[in-house]
Amino acid sequence: MTVNGDSHSHDVEPRTLLVHHIREGVGLTGTNIGCDTSSCGACTVHVGGQSVKSCTMLAVQAEGADITTIEGLAATARTDGSATGDQNWHPMQEAFQQCHALQCGYCTPGMVMAATSFLKENPSPTEAEIREGLEGNLCRCTGYHNIVKAVQAAAGGAS
Amino acid sequence: MTATVQSTPGGFGTRMLRKEDPQLLTGENKFIDDIKAPGQLWMGMIRSPYAHAMIDAIDATGAESMPGVHSVLTGAQLADMGLWLAPMPCAWPVTDDMVNPPHFPVAVSEAKHVGDIVAVVLCNDRYAMADAVEQVIVDYTPLPAVATLQAAVDGTAMAHSDLDTNRAYHWPLDPNPEGTAAAFANAAHTVKARFIQQRLIPMPMEPRGCLAIPSPAGGEIVLYSASQIPHILKVMIAATTGIPENKIRVIAPSVGGGFGGKLNVDADAVLAVTLANKLGLPVRWTEERSECAGASHQGRGQIQHVEAAADADGKITAIRVHLDADMGAYMMLITPGIPLLGSFLYTGVYDVANFSFSCDGYFTNMTPTDAYRGAGRPEASYAIERIMDIMAREIGMAPEELRARNYINGGEKFENFDAASTLVFDSGHYKPAHDRALEMADVAGLRAEQARRRDTGEAKQLGIGMCTYVEICGLAPSRALGGLNYGAGGWEHATVRLLPTGKVEVVSGSTPHGQGHETSWSQIIAEKMGIDPNDVEVLHSDTALSPLGLDTYGSRSLSVGGVAIALAADKVIDKAKLIAAHQFEASPEDIEFAGGSFSVAGTPSKSVHIQELGFAAFTAHDLPDGMEPNLQEQVSFDPPNFAFPFGTHVAVVEIDTETGGIELIDYVGVDDCGVQVNPLIVEGQLHGGIAQGAAQALFEEAVYDEDGNITNPSLMDYLVPSAMELPLIKLDSTVTPSTSNPLGVKGVGEAGTIGSAAAVINAVCDALSPYGVIDMEMPATPQRIWKAINGGAA
Repeated sequence: MTVNGDSHSHDVEPRTLLVHHIREGVGLTGTNIGCDTSSCGACTVHVGGQSVKSCTMLAVQAEGADITTIEGLAATARTDGSATGDQNWHPMQEAFQQCHALQCGYCTPGMVMAATSFLKENPSPTEAEIREGLEGNLCRCTGYHNIVKAVQAAAGGAS
Repeated sequence: MTATVQSTPGGFGTRMLRKEDPQLLTGENKFIDDIKAPGQLWMGMIRSPYAHAMIDAIDATGAESMPGVHSVLTGAQLADMGLWLAPMPCAWPVTDDMVNPPHFPVAVSEAKHVGDIVAVVLCNDRYAMADAVEQVIVDYTPLPAVATLQAAVDGTAMAHSDLDTNRAYHWPLDPNPEGTAAAFANAAHTVKARFIQQRLIPMPMEPRGCLAIPSPAGGEIVLYSASQIPHILKVMIAATTGIPENKIRVIAPSVGGGFGGKLNVDADAVLAVTLANKLGLPVRWTEERSECAGASHQGRGQIQHVEAAADADGKITAIRVHLDADMGAYMMLITPGIPLLGSFLYTGVYDVANFSFSCDGYFTNMTPTDAYRGAGRPEASYAIERIMDIMAREIGMAPEELRARNYINGGEKFENFDAASTLVFDSGHYKPAHDRALEMADVAGLRAEQARRRDTGEAKQLGIGMCTYVEICGLAPSRALGGLNYGAGGWEHATVRLLPTGKVEVVSGSTPHGQGHETSWSQIIAEKMGIDPNDVEVLHSDTALSPLGLDTYGSRSLSVGGVAIALAADKVIDKAKLIAAHQFEASPEDIEFAGGSFSVAGTPSKSVHIQELGFAAFTAHDLPDGMEPNLQEQVSFDPPNFAFPFGTHVAVVEIDTETGGIELIDYVGVDDCGVQVNPLIVEGQLHGGIAQGAAQALFEEAVYDEDGNITNPSLMDYLVPSAMELPLIKLDSTVTPSTSNPLGVKGVGEAGTIGSAAAVINAVCDALSPYGVIDMEMPATPQRIWKAINGGAA
């Protein structure tokens, strides 16, 4: 598989979850685990450009896949020219900081990955559509207020 | 109605973006599960599936022979290994005669709640550990379980089979019993209610976890723990295990939320430290979500009996409260004290002459309870604010009018008010927040719309609810804690160092887990010292870097820990001023300090920035006679009083009277946390706190069945709200400086939670008042609402 543009080849047990492989096999720990029921979305990554909860997928199912994790998002944004600000981040990372859309930061990687994928599908969402689009990602700190604002900001101020 | 005026670049009142964010937004930071040690063993817990049972036999032979399994250890084997010096700690024996049967990290003969640990496995990897846990066979003889708080009160079964009572303590606060009795006897109006504070699960998004790494030759041990309280944990690990305190180092890495859920000394940490120490190998544990939900401590769990008396004009003359509080199976670190943290607040923001309170703590065969965001104060705020609405209905007065008639000092500004609950409220000014919240929510317009919908009999009805809360934070004056039998002080420690190159290091004893301390503490330095906050580094959460501290809970970080930093900065400035005077060959009395620079009065051309003095203090080539080198000062600040933030919240709900469906459609909060350091962070704390209180009102409850099984220990079944369930939150603030500290700051970490549950349930009861509904149990689910509308029990 390719992770953040780098090719990785490992033998894995058939039952290994993709998230465990990314964290422990590939060694990228930015993707977090928050539950055991695919409810929280903390482990959301992009597989082939689409958001996937990486605890719902086996590593072997991702054979040959092109995976992006939070660690690779800024690089992806630089490649496609959408990077913003001094830090050369993805516009969604930038918006999350500007809007104070994170506190403890544990849900953040998954939330950011889900939100970027959502905006690709719906570039000009309403507030209600943003809330619906992020329903699969839980945050315990922010009450979602500033997360919704950040997604609106990243979408160009649409509300 | 605005926050503090900005005085210094990056100083108080600046909406500075957080310094913590870049690492968190790129996945660079390390949470507990991201940290590995070579040769580490994965620990897994074998947990009781019964709420109450004798442990007859444990057969580990199958598990022990599995690949990757290092060992299986039962409670009996662990007891024989002599790993612990003392039982699991309870730091708050609230009465001298409190019943507290000793318990140890692993049960030996009797399991007392579902999830109680009966054995542990140690394995080479995560998957082998999960397999091995499944293969340990335990024979139990089930015992009768105390599966509700009411059953514990009734005493039909005993939660601990060697006790003849479930009651652990009786704690009264009754400064004037005759006065209360007379007030009720002479009242024009009396009301009473029985409120249930359901059990809640803190549910930080990061589960708990720990990693203990021994140094066998040196006898030292490093414990990484996803903890709110590394300093307290270090002391308690030493006291529990007998390992010398000065050989223990505790590090809390990035911690993914706490909300009280990581404010404990749990079996996992004690086991990891003692087993790592014994085996000479690193031992790690990562909590599964089902363990977090069902086996780590929960919050709330009270039955509240609340009575209020009023005269004919609606003046509240007395409040009488009795609590039955669910301790769960064991006393954890501060389990028994949680209800008492609210005891002083049952008269709320009102000038009530007579107050009687008592609390009975009971054991049950459910998960132990302990701190959850607000810890005792949301319960108190809920009780007084619900009974105010019930009283308003009894009298036939608008709820806001009844409140306005009873505010301390008539709603005007006050300082140092002697409350009937025996505490002194530092400062308050309740009417402006009240007026602003009603205006922002357009309560007058909403009432008109509500009347219109009622007249036309529309299916969707509106409810408007308010809550005017006060809370007690800034834990705490050490003497006050001593008076409550608490086992520690409430000070906080800080060090401020001006380095040779002019950069600043702040060492903080308070320990963040999402609150943005690094940013706010840098802003305190900016405000005090005139130094760019980006020149400040904050060191924290590691007992080797920050040896003194009492950690983060009770909205104390700023009003105790932040004040310690400000006072240490003052001492650095004082010393630097002497160096500046020496360099200018001037008298220190003639030196002025402004915007980070020292200058000689009347000679503004002679000026030196404080950051330039770091090098002189470091080289010490030419310091005033007798002065020690370096610019480093430390302060332990023990506040003279608590701080009492307050505010008014308004919730608006829309109820579908045909289905019972409910939606929170608007929410307004006007909060006063004293002087604000970073309004961006203040708002964020309020958003999250309000969401958690609203979630108690509408969604969340740890549900136990009649056998004591928790039926919803997952994020699929325990309804932490998603973005779909919450509205945008409208906030404003007032600023009434605290008199409890020199910065005038209060606290805001828990305020949102303390204000919101009552506001939402008041709105629900308001919507349903045409149906004769006076009260609604939390969470106000569509089923409960539908039953209430249709004449069933709520």
